[in-house]
Amino acid sequence: MQHISVTVDGTVCESEVEPRTLLVHWLREGLGKVGTVVGCDTSNCGACTILVDGQSVKSCSMLAVQADGCKVTTIQGLSTGDDWHPVQTAFKECHGLQCGYCTPGMVMSTVDLLSENPNPTEEEIREGIHGNLCRCTGYHNIVKSVQYAAELMGGTK
Amino acid sequence: MIPAKFDYVRPSTVDEAVAALAAGGDDAKVLGGGQSLMPVLRLRLGEPSVVIDTTRIDEMKGITDSGTAIVIGAGTTHDEVTKSALVRDHVALLAAATETVADRQIRHRGTMGGAMAHADPAGDQPPVALALDASFTIAGPGGRRTVPASEFFVDYFTTAVGPDEVLVSVTFPKYTGWGAHYEKFNRTAQAWAIVGASAAVRMDGGAIAEARIGLTNMGPGPVRASAVEAALIGASSLDAIAAAAEQAAEGTSPNADIHADVEYREHLARVLTRRAVAKAAGLA
Repeated sequence: MQHISVTVDGTVCESEVEPRTLLVHWLREGLGKVGTVVGCDTSNCGACTILVDGQSVKSCSMLAVQADGCKVTTIQGLSTGDDWHPVQTAFKECHGLQCGYCTPGMVMSTVDLLSENPNPTEEEIREGIHGNLCRCTGYHNIVKSVQYAAELMGGTK
Repeated sequence: MIPAKFDYVRPSTVDEAVAALAAGGDDAKVLGGGQSLMPVLRLRLGEPSVVIDTTRIDEMKGITDSGTAIVIGAGTTHDEVTKSALVRDHVALLAAATETVADRQIRHRGTMGGAMAHADPAGDQPPVALALDASFTIAGPGGRRTVPASEFFVDYFTTAVGPDEVLVSVTFPKYTGWGAHYEKFNRTAQAWAIVGASAAVRMDGGAIAEARIGLTNMGPGPVRASAVEAALIGASSLDAIAAAAEQAAEGTSPNADIHADVEYREHLARVLTRRAVAKAAGLA
């Protein structure tokens, strides 16, 4: 077992983990952060996307031990009290989901994209979220959600 | 799936990593960004006894200017490579190819050295290293050695890095002012290249003075299209580029798979080479 100390959604979490434990499994089963979901076993779908030190990462493709000393943000760490993150608001307002399974990952990828490019074109949005699959194929409203989120966050397009 | 059990070592220097490999025995495995290894572990296609995590080795990170070359630490992420002014100014072809790797999440974790050492024939960067005459610095129990790209890529998923060695950095000569473009052909987002063509050209008075062409997925490893490089010298029109690109499939040995048969891959090599060179030369 390895001792790790990870700041998850603002709280320092100390844990003993097996080296083989995937970060997503530790978040879900060790910490109860079940907002982050597992969608595939191939690194393709992006449903498990979180931020590690501010950058989007597929948490199925990283070991929990590798997050030692890092700052992790999950979908459950985005809101401030009862105030949703603008990206969450945008996905609700534009109905950027169908079944909703990909939504946590889509939202986290959007947060990551807009942090680097606050004013993306439609093409940049589609390129920026192409690591996230929506098996309902609901991309149209997802792209609109990202555009609206950019607007809410101060982008001009 | 949950990976099989393994021991975990996180060295903080290259020497410690080499020592850990020696202590780990035959089935020790080096973990870089993990974007190829993690799926292998998760699907239990590999069950190493010990995983040596190199992501906290400072010496293996970062991009530096040695004067005549750009030295990229093996642990530098794809994201860092694409955003580096040094890479964009002096090794633009590497930035162009790296931008097309997988998706944002994977580019945040995956490393340039990992992609080279993994040596997937469908990888985007190995042909760039081959075409640009990069050299690879490898550390092992006997010290360090430098291997040219022409000798680094050995076969499918096989490089000159021995089982007791670690790739430390890759050095690219400067191609300052060269035009560069990477054409990648795939069917869906995230997919590996069915075929890719990397082109860098030095223009002189509106004509191509020098060219470097690398091909992805046209053999067991990256392929350099030397015949096209020679034929391109002096080319100043799209017709001349197209004529030179007709030789792109010469000397290649692509596989047939569910995506494409051999004849189609050869066709793609010619078409993508023509497009890549035309764009690199500023003619398209």
